[in-house]
Amino acid sequence: MKRTGILLAGLVFLMAACKATPEKPIVLTVMTHDSFAVSESVVAFFEMQNNVDVQFLEVGDTGTAVNKAALSKENPLADVFYGVDNTFLSRALNEDIFEVYQSPILKEIDPVFVLDKSFRALPVDFGDVCLNYQKSYFIENNLAAPDSLEDLIDPDYEGLLTVQNPATSSPGLAFLMTTIGYYGEDGYLEYWDKLVANGVNIVNDWETAYYSAFSQAGGTDPIVVSYGSSPPFEVLFAEEPLDDAPTAAVTSPGTCFRQIEFVGILNGTPNRELAEKWIDYMLSPEFQEDIPLNMYVFPVNDNAVLEETFRKYLEVPEVTADISPDMIAANREKWINDWTEAVLR
Amino acid sequence: MTNKMKPSTPYSKVPSYLLWLLPGAFLGMFFFFPLTRITQLSFARIEGKALAGLWEVFKSPTISRVVSFTFKQAFLSTILTLAVGLPGAYLFGKFQFRGKKILRALTGVPFVMPTLVVAAGFYAFLGPNGWVNEVLMQILKLETPPIQFVNSFAAILTAHVFYNTTIVLRVVGDYWSRLNPQLEQAARVLGANRWKTLWEITLPLLLPAIAASSLLVFIFDFTSFGVVLVLGGPLFATLEVEIYYQTISLFNLPLAATLSLLQIVFTLILTILYTRLTRRINQPVQLSSREKSQRPLTSSRSRILAGIMIVFLLVFLISPLASLGLKSFSGSDPGSPPTLSFYRALGENPRESLFYVPPTTALGVSLGYGLITVILALGLGLPAAWALAKRNLTLLDKILDPVLMLPLGTSAVTLGLGFLVALDTPPLNLRTSPLLVPIAHTLVAFPFVVRSLTPALASIQPKLRQAAAVLGASPRRITREIDLPLIGRALLVAATFAFTISIGEFGASSLITRPEYPTVPVVIYRLLSRPGALNYGQAMALSTILMVTTLGGMLLMEYFRVGDVGEF
Repeated sequence: MKRTGILLAGLVFLMAACKATPEKPIVLTVMTHDSFAVSESVVAFFEMQNNVDVQFLEVGDTGTAVNKAALSKENPLADVFYGVDNTFLSRALNEDIFEVYQSPILKEIDPVFVLDKSFRALPVDFGDVCLNYQKSYFIENNLAAPDSLEDLIDPDYEGLLTVQNPATSSPGLAFLMTTIGYYGEDGYLEYWDKLVANGVNIVNDWETAYYSAFSQAGGTDPIVVSYGSSPPFEVLFAEEPLDDAPTAAVTSPGTCFRQIEFVGILNGTPNRELAEKWIDYMLSPEFQEDIPLNMYVFPVNDNAVLEETFRKYLEVPEVTADISPDMIAANREKWINDWTEAVLR
Repeated sequence: MTNKMKPSTPYSKVPSYLLWLLPGAFLGMFFFFPLTRITQLSFARIEGKALAGLWEVFKSPTISRVVSFTFKQAFLSTILTLAVGLPGAYLFGKFQFRGKKILRALTGVPFVMPTLVVAAGFYAFLGPNGWVNEVLMQILKLETPPIQFVNSFAAILTAHVFYNTTIVLRVVGDYWSRLNPQLEQAARVLGANRWKTLWEITLPLLLPAIAASSLLVFIFDFTSFGVVLVLGGPLFATLEVEIYYQTISLFNLPLAATLSLLQIVFTLILTILYTRLTRRINQPVQLSSREKSQRPLTSSRSRILAGIMIVFLLVFLISPLASLGLKSFSGSDPGSPPTLSFYRALGENPRESLFYVPPTTALGVSLGYGLITVILALGLGLPAAWALAKRNLTLLDKILDPVLMLPLGTSAVTLGLGFLVALDTPPLNLRTSPLLVPIAHTLVAFPFVVRSLTPALASIQPKLRQAAAVLGASPRRITREIDLPLIGRALLVAATFAFTISIGEFGASSLITRPEYPTVPVVIYRLLSRPGALNYGQAMALSTILMVTTLGGMLLMEYFRVGDVGEF
């Protein structure tokens, strides 16, 4: 409120002071999902460099944001859209909401992240959906910490797991796809039958799983589906400073699902040049290094340096579930329906 | 009680179409226009054979199961809410006791709390590791928690009653307090016992208020989303949940639009039934001042019963919220000593995040939107209620009466998309405007205002006004000194509802917002969607601030008098 107020006052003063209006900053509108966050200084630097005023719009969760961009493509809401992830990438590309832009900064990015070879959606960050567990529980109960998907159907681990419903939760869907990647489309339902027999608890959303069911937050289950970044954040956002992370993530091969988030220039924008500059900026190390502490996900740029806490507590899985955006788009409904029939009915 | 001469209520003086101008235009621009556009666009996406596919899915057992579940849970929830609310309304309506204002203000707080927060509260109170289970396990020496509350049908019903009891308490309680006790007293004198009086005199007199509150409670339960999702869990789905899934996850707009229309049709049928029913029973009743109709708790019997009721209300409505309040001092680890660190953390922005706002700003935004909503809702609701309060309704009145309730029964997801595709060109280029938020709130608040004002307006006896006129009062004076005091109390109830609906963000989900001006529920959600004890503690702290502020606001309204409203 203060920023806009000062800016407005400044504009009025300028207009009153001279007849010929000097260059007013153009407004670049960036639409994002609700989890977007960034430091003031990072944005201010860009605004100063390019004489632009960046206006953000929050449009809902990832799915909602993609759908809104698709529905408004005749009359786009903004110049740039950040927030498409690999599970919705096909939808975004099929609805043709982006313009092509092959940013020069892409050279600094590992090609494995560049899922869209037509360069309409460019990768910005990634996060992994992994099983999280509370270390103290397993120590106290003389149980080996879980290490694989097979452990979850082991009778020793009965009733210890909470997962989310893939129909209503993004990490829930990610975990479902992890099991599909691991056991294949022919075997995953059998695995889920065994999970149900082993007492798996299913809730509808991440908040309930993490803050009500997870034993770290006072609940009863020491294993939940969450993000690979959750353990370092338990340290960073602890009540009292901690020496060690109270939780850890399972990162063995194939047990995690990688979510990559993309940015793109919306079709029909009047500010194409500025939009290109903003995308270049989002892909550059200055912006990329600001991402982890604000959005809890990690940079794709090879030259971005991670903060020490992450390097200490973060384990980035080497091999994640291999499911392409096209496969997701084609099978999402079927997988969720089959899962619902097998598990909930 | 009925008049032999034709009653000329003040309301027949102003023609209907004039009164409906503003509310009608509002509904047209911000409800029908967006709804039509999104329906059009959704069905335009059907290609050829997909139409047959749509019909198949529509007929599928899943959809019929969802529909029947939606009805079942709404119906049961409403019955239970009445079962809890009516005795409470009796307590508030007929008796004066110490602490009544605070108790009534407290019962209004649940209404505004975001679902995730309420769910956290219920988990803390009744979850597997919650207080009740811990205590029971200790006392009864059990291994596993005896109460399986969360992720159940019972949880859905309980949460609905928790949220909506205040509607019955206020609408019926207020109306009950205005009823002249003379009729009941006459019946008792003539030999009827308590129950007969209740059944044959009091309840029929109360019917307008009971019907109005039941309808509102039912529609809220019918379109319930958060409660079913978070407290019911994956085994339960209402129409609203299904619409969300089809729209967001699958982007199956034709099916989503069909389900939305289905929901609207059901709402319309319900409200038409309601309006038919109540048109016959809205008649002038003798109103009396509260001094006459309310009495203190003198007999020990009434004291005991009142005590039980008060304790029940406190335990049921307050304990989940109190659990939250406690968590704001101890965080997610119940063993740690109480601390103010979470409250302090709310005021800090260590990462210099661009979208950080201090809690005062968020509160200011919420309160600001609340105020605008109250002004809009009263400004639109009063003329509509005026039109509907007269004896002889025109065709326009009869049509618009049920129609104005439709926004309550419309899926917020669909409406949100409707705003996006309809309000995108000048002069209605509001899809990214902050003004859209209170407008969306008003769509839900103004039907509420109408439904709670109409019984009150309709019950004003024309004789009073005629008497004043005969004694020489000008029309303006009549309005000021007869009408306003009589409806003032109802206006206050309506304004309180509009305010709490806005603070509780009904119907304003899935709007496009500026991240620099978040409301309090938005900030709470931001904090709750991140791991880390500090984030959780801050969410609890902010929720507690919201609770206390709401309580303060409601207490203020309890003490507020419009002129000399309510007593004469």
